Formats: sequence, C-alpha cells, structure tokens
Amino acid sequence: MAGGPAIEMRGITKRYPRVVANDRVDLEVADGEIHAIVGENGAGKSTLMKVLYGLTPADAGVIRLKGKKLEKHRPADAIRAGLGMVHQHFMLVDTLTVAENVILGEEPRRNGVLIDAAAARERVESLSAEYGFELDPAEYIENLSVGLEQRVEIVKVLYRGADVLILDEPTGVLTPQEVKELFVILRALRNSGRTIVFITHKLDEVIELADRVTVMRDGRVAGVVEASATTKEELARMMVGRDVLLRVSKDVAAPGPTVLEVAGLTAVGRKGREVLSGIDFEIRAGEVLGIAGVQGNGQTELVEVITGLRKAAGGRVFLNATDITNRSPRQIRDLGVAHVPEDRQARGLVLGFTIAENIALGRHHREPYSRHGHLRLDAMREHAAELIDENDLKPRDPDAEARHLSGGNQQKLIVAREFDCEPSLLVASQPTRGVDIGAIEFVHQSLLGMRDAGAAVLLVSAELSEIMTLADRIIVMYGGRIVAAFDGGSVSEEELGVFMTGAGGGGGAGAGEGAGEAGRAGTPDGTGAPEAMH
Amino acid sequence: MVRWNRLAGVLSPLVAVAAAFLVGGLVVLAIGESPIRIYAILFRGAFGSVDGVGHVLFNACPLIFAGLAVAFAFRAGLFNIGGEGQLYIGSFVCAWAGLALVGVPAWIAIPLLILAAAAGGGLWASIPGVLKARFGVHEVINTIMMNFIAIGLTSYLVINVFKEAGQMTPQTVEITAGQLPRLAGPLRAIGIPLPLANPLNASILIALAAIWLAWFILYRTTFGYEVRAVGLNPQAAENAGINVRRTIVLAMVVSGAFAGLVATNEIMGFRHRFLDNFSSGLGFMGIAVALLGKNTPVGVLFAALLFGVLNTGALEVDVFTDVPRELILVLQAVTIILVVVGNEVLARKLRAREARVALEAAGEAS
Repeated sequence: MAGGPAIEMRGITKRYPRVVANDRVDLEVADGEIHAIVGENGAGKSTLMKVLYGLTPADAGVIRLKGKKLEKHRPADAIRAGLGMVHQHFMLVDTLTVAENVILGEEPRRNGVLIDAAAARERVESLSAEYGFELDPAEYIENLSVGLEQRVEIVKVLYRGADVLILDEPTGVLTPQEVKELFVILRALRNSGRTIVFITHKLDEVIELADRVTVMRDGRVAGVVEASATTKEELARMMVGRDVLLRVSKDVAAPGPTVLEVAGLTAVGRKGREVLSGIDFEIRAGEVLGIAGVQGNGQTELVEVITGLRKAAGGRVFLNATDITNRSPRQIRDLGVAHVPEDRQARGLVLGFTIAENIALGRHHREPYSRHGHLRLDAMREHAAELIDENDLKPRDPDAEARHLSGGNQQKLIVAREFDCEPSLLVASQPTRGVDIGAIEFVHQSLLGMRDAGAAVLLVSAELSEIMTLADRIIVMYGGRIVAAFDGGSVSEEELGVFMTGAGGGGGAGAGEGAGEAGRAGTPDGTGAPEAMH
Repeated sequence: MVRWNRLAGVLSPLVAVAAAFLVGGLVVLAIGESPIRIYAILFRGAFGSVDGVGHVLFNACPLIFAGLAVAFAFRAGLFNIGGEGQLYIGSFVCAWAGLALVGVPAWIAIPLLILAAAAGGGLWASIPGVLKARFGVHEVINTIMMNFIAIGLTSYLVINVFKEAGQMTPQTVEITAGQLPRLAGPLRAIGIPLPLANPLNASILIALAAIWLAWFILYRTTFGYEVRAVGLNPQAAENAGINVRRTIVLAMVVSGAFAGLVATNEIMGFRHRFLDNFSSGLGFMGIAVALLGKNTPVGVLFAALLFGVLNTGALEVDVFTDVPRELILVLQAVTIILVVVGNEVLARKLRAREARVALEAAGEAS
C-alpha cells in the first residue's frame, strides 16, 4: 500500500436501461489526500461511488483499494477493506445514544452476549477527543443538532476501522459555522493519514478544502485538477461544458410602493408550540427580501401563513393594502401571489400529472384552462408547449409525466408556472435546492427578472450565498423570530451565520427598516432555542 | 416510457387472470376433475348461447356501478369500502320513490327514480366524506361502519314499515312506477334471439353511460382535475388553491351516487321490489372489479364483464359437474390477489431502485 493510490478505479462503465451513468471513468485518489468529486446532478458521481462502495456492480472496469483488487464486492467487503461512507441522509436511531448508535451492528461484547457499554463509551470518547468531534457518548441522538448528527455518522465509520472516507454532499444541511468545524475535522482526519473523498456541488468548498478535484460531466471525467491551481469559474465550465454566470449581475433595486406587509404575525405549530412570534416586515414592489436562517426556525411556517396554507394565530398580513390574513390559498393566489414551495415534489408538483396539467395547476379553474367547469385540454397543452419553449424545459413534450423530469427540470417547470401569472408578490422557498448549476442560473435570473418587472420577492433560502447574491434586504430568523435585519451588501456571510445560530445577542440593531424588530428579538430569553430545534 | 407504462397496465391484469385460471385448474385437479372440462363448461355457459351472453351482461351490470364507485373514490385517494351500504340506501330510496310515484308515467318516473337512487347513495357516502374531510377519520373505517348501519336500517324499514302485507318474504310490494324495460323484446325485433325470460334490461345502457360519465368527469372537467390532483398529491393540490376537504366530500358523493345506481338494475330493471338483503356483497365485489380494472372507467367495464362471465358460468359448473360453484369464488379471489400482488411488485421495482441504496448501506454497515 505504501506510496500507491488509496483508490484506483479504471475504465468504470455502468449502463442503465436509458443512460450510460459512467462511461469509462478513471478515478485515482492518492493516499492521504482530500479529493473532491464535483458534477451536476446526473453527471455520474453517485453512481461511481455506489460502484466503489459495492452497492451496484459495474459493467466494466477495475477497482483497487489500497492496491487490493475488489471484485464483485458488496458494501460489507468494502467496509472490511477500510472504506467508509457517510451518506447524505443520516441513518441514526433517534431514541438511542451516540455511543449506542456508533456500535450498532458491531457491539463490543462481554461474555459473548452482553454489550460492553463501558468499552463502547470509551471508544467513542477517544475517537471524539482525537479529532475534536466534541461528542457526548451518552447524549441521545434526538437532542443533537444536524451538525453533530453528522459527526456521529463519521465516528460510526471510523469505529468500523475506515481509513478511506466517502462523504456524500456533507455540507448541504449545515450552517456556515458547522461547515467550518466540519472542515477542521476533515483536515485533522487527513493529517492523521486518512483519505477523504467528498462529493459536492459547492465550488467554494472544493477550492477551500480539497487537494485535488475530479470533475464529472455526462458520465465521464471532464478533468482532474489541483484545487490550488483552479478557479470556481474553471470548475463550473468543466461541469457544465459552457461558461456559467456564477454570480448574476444585478441592478440596484428601485423599490416602489409596499406590496406585502406582515404585522405582529404569530402562528402555533403542533403541540401548541409557538412557531412564529411577532413577525413584522414589509416588502416593496421591485425588491427582493431574503430570509436567512437554519431550517426549522419558522421560515416554513411564515411562508405557509402568507400563502394561506397555515392559519395565523395573531397578527395581520396585507397584500397591496388588502387584508389577506387567513384567506384561502385560492383567494390569495387569485390576488396575485405566486409561490415556489420549498419541497417541489411534496407541494409544487403533482408527479402523476403531465407537464401540461402541472402548468395549469393553480389556475386550472380559470380561463383559458377551464370554461364553465369544462377542462380545455387543448389550451393546457398549447400553453404548456409555449412555456416549454420559453424556458427550455426537457422533455419538450407537454404530455410527459412530471415524475420523469430531472430535478432541475421539475424546478424549472414550477418556476415557469409561477412566474407566468405575473404576480405582484412572489414567494420563493429554497428555489434552487438540489438543482444543477445551469438551472440555478436560470432560476436566479428569472427571480431578478421578476423583481425588475416590479414584483415584490420574498426569498427564503438555506444557501447564504444565494441570499447574499439576490437579496436587496436580508432578515435573519431564529426560533420563530426576526433576530436581525440588514441591507444587502452591508453584511458578510459570517455575520449572518452568527445570527442564524441565535448567538447574535442584542447586536442585531443593524441597518434597514427591520431594526425595530431586530431590537425586540435581541433579548434572547432562552425559550427560542428549544422551540427552534425540534 | 408512457406507452410502456400503459402496456404494462393492460398486461398485468391479463397475466393475473391467466395465472388465476392456472391456479383454479390446480384446485380442480385436486378435487379430481379435469380443468379443461370444467373451463369448457364454464365458458359454454357464458358464451354458448345468446341467453348466456344476456346473463353475462345482466350480471356485469351492477358490478359496473359498484366498480365505478370504488374507482372514482380511489382517484381522489379514498378507499370507499362502503359501496354495499351506499347501494342499499340508494336502492331503498329508489324503491321508496317508486312506491310514492304510483301511476306516474314512465318517462317522468324513470328519470326521477334514477335520480333518487343516485341521491340516496351519494348522500349516504357524504357522511363518511364529511367525517374524513372535517375530522380526519379514516374513510375505510367509517365506510365499513356505514355499511352495517345501512343494511340494518333498510332491513328494519322493509320488515317493519314497508313489508308487503300478508307475505312472509321481507320485501316491499311490487313497484310499478319507473320500471326499466327488458331488452329481450327490442333485441328480438332486430334479429337477436334473446329469450324473453332473460333478465337483461335497460340498466346496462345506463351502466355504459355511467362509464362514459365517470371518464368525462375525471378527465374532462375542472372538478375531475381537482379530484385527481387531490388523489395524487393533496399537499400540492392545497398549494394550488384546491379546496381539498370539499373535493373529498364531493368525490365521495359522486362515488356513492354510482353505487346507488345499482338500483337501476336491481330495483328498476329486475326485482321491482326492495328485497331485504338482496345484494349479498355486490358492493364488495365492486372493490375487486375496480382493482382488477386498475381504477379506470374502461378497466371497470372489462373487469365487470369478466366477473359476469365467471358468475354466469359458475351456475353451469354447479349444475353439470361435481365441482362446487365456490370454485368460481376461489378463482375470483385468486385473480384479485394476483392483480394486487402484480401491481405491488411493479410499484416496488420502481421504488426499490432508490430505496436499495439506503437500505443496503444501512444493512451492510451494521
């Protein structure tokens, strides 16, 4: 193993019935390096990792792990050979402790039958101390933050003796601070001689963390580069195959009259917890208000109340000076509110409907889609064909079912539909989550296009860079409250990150109209935190 | 992709039916009879004569209505197990209207009785609809309960209030208003020798119209679009401004109305009385018909016809062989199980691809 690559994959080909997911892919990961694999959705990253881990067999190609050939292996063999995978979706048992989760399936035994709890705890503690995980072995998973859960997953893999770690999109669910801490841990792991492969689509992180980068496109390797010798722009070009605008250019906002006014809004969740506490803000025509925050701090509920999907317990919502508090979703839509929901498959689309049927969704009851209760399929198809052309949706078939569209095209379909009705208020939640770079560019430009056409835009996003790029004003939510408000451009990602974790204290008295509520929310009484966690 | 799905949708019930006949054949073999002989008798009974075909259609007719009831509700994401109760109430209201309209000419009475049947079933189904929409009570539970209530209620009313005087049979007097004509007469006039005793009546035409109507509502009206949206993804439907609760209630009403229309065959076309316990499970057979027909209106037609064939042939098998007619019940049940299993297998194959990754990883890692 000395000197040789940790992972060597040669000529990996994997065909699925309709697509060649991997086409003669070579991957070489040097021993003790951090190697990033980047590429758009469907570029073949996940397939390659599945082949490596033994979840799916390749049709052709050779795999060597630390010089040892792996053939027809299964994950158990890969684990034995020292490979560990940290999945994007955690696989932890909520009601067990950290130590119990780590040892699950490979418990240290006493007398053959009893679980040696003490040994387990010690092992977790020593791993935790060695790499700075700061995990309490006796804590229950349900009490951990997402960032800590991820560390448990990493410890699990280390416990099983992995010295080559694969991390699949590890930063997607983390706050900027948590990302930083994760990177510290990953570097420590590398410095202790372990090899790390991480899959991502965030180019900043690649540049910051990786030693080398393999870029994939359309099932092939588009290039292998040293991270220190490349730029985001170059990586993006290799990923997409053309020049990409990473940062859309934006003119200065020209705000008009107030479109949305939210005053003293409160809402109660299940179990009677208050999920929104006295939210005040307004958005004017022609501006983008960005809401930053770790997920689960009331953003979802706020959007639901505004769009009529959830009842407000108190306070008022005005649209163009009309009180729309607790009106039905249809009334609110008909008054000119468009909504790109955070979960496109749950709320945004009917996957069993065709593209045409989905385009009509929300306005299906009006002309031209319906006349006297009679559905006009021709009008639906015709309009769908127009929008497919305008927005370059694929496939170009109005009768294709939405479930057969790629994630990016599903999102484009929703965006095309919601923007098509010329709303006065556009509510966009996580509009680019899980979407390719190319589609992100499209969504961002469409959003700014709406703004410049005079719409008020409420943008909720977990991607700070997205908020920073698009928003004219930014508010930060934590524990169901607004804890800070800024003018776009007057704040750094790091500052926002501090407020997102509730650590901002009373320092939110920043710029912008939101200063009032920022001051009020800046008295953390401690009740906000547990509410926010869940 | 779309075409393949559609082909699979047609093929899988056919394969299931063929497999069911195979299993049924094994059962016959086990009894010591020849499957080929039994099946020959069965199909001769159904197709060997004009009379047989007439019986097939007559037997299929109520199953079409009952099947449409289940299929329509299913499109709204509702499992309506209450077809039996809804058809009892629909039939009772229909009979009641018929008794009230004595002497009214047929061209007025027939539409009114059809409406009464649909309204009775629809109203009855609206109760579990409201319970589901308003209180979130699962429709399977409350439609089953509503069945017991409907059967008990109509039974009580027939025996204690509407029973024909001086008769032992628990049934109403003959309903003279709004009788649907039998088809033997007109068919003979155009040269089809259907025996005059054959019970096939104009209800089969109403059933065919109902199939078209169900299709039209689901795929050509705004309401049907909303029903399908709610059935496929209630959250997205809500987000699109569709009133999910109202749609659920209305879908149940339409579903129940289809069930109630069973009365057009059983009351208006055949018995001309309300007989206590007359249905003996037509509503439940409707579930099987809808499943086999993949919950599409046209599928319901073919599934109901198949069941009509089996029910008609079963009589012949019973008369001419030592094989009990219960074999046909076994055959029907096996068909349904195989269709359901087939559907499940298909759906799983699609899901498995995504789930396998996670599952295997978890399984292997631990």
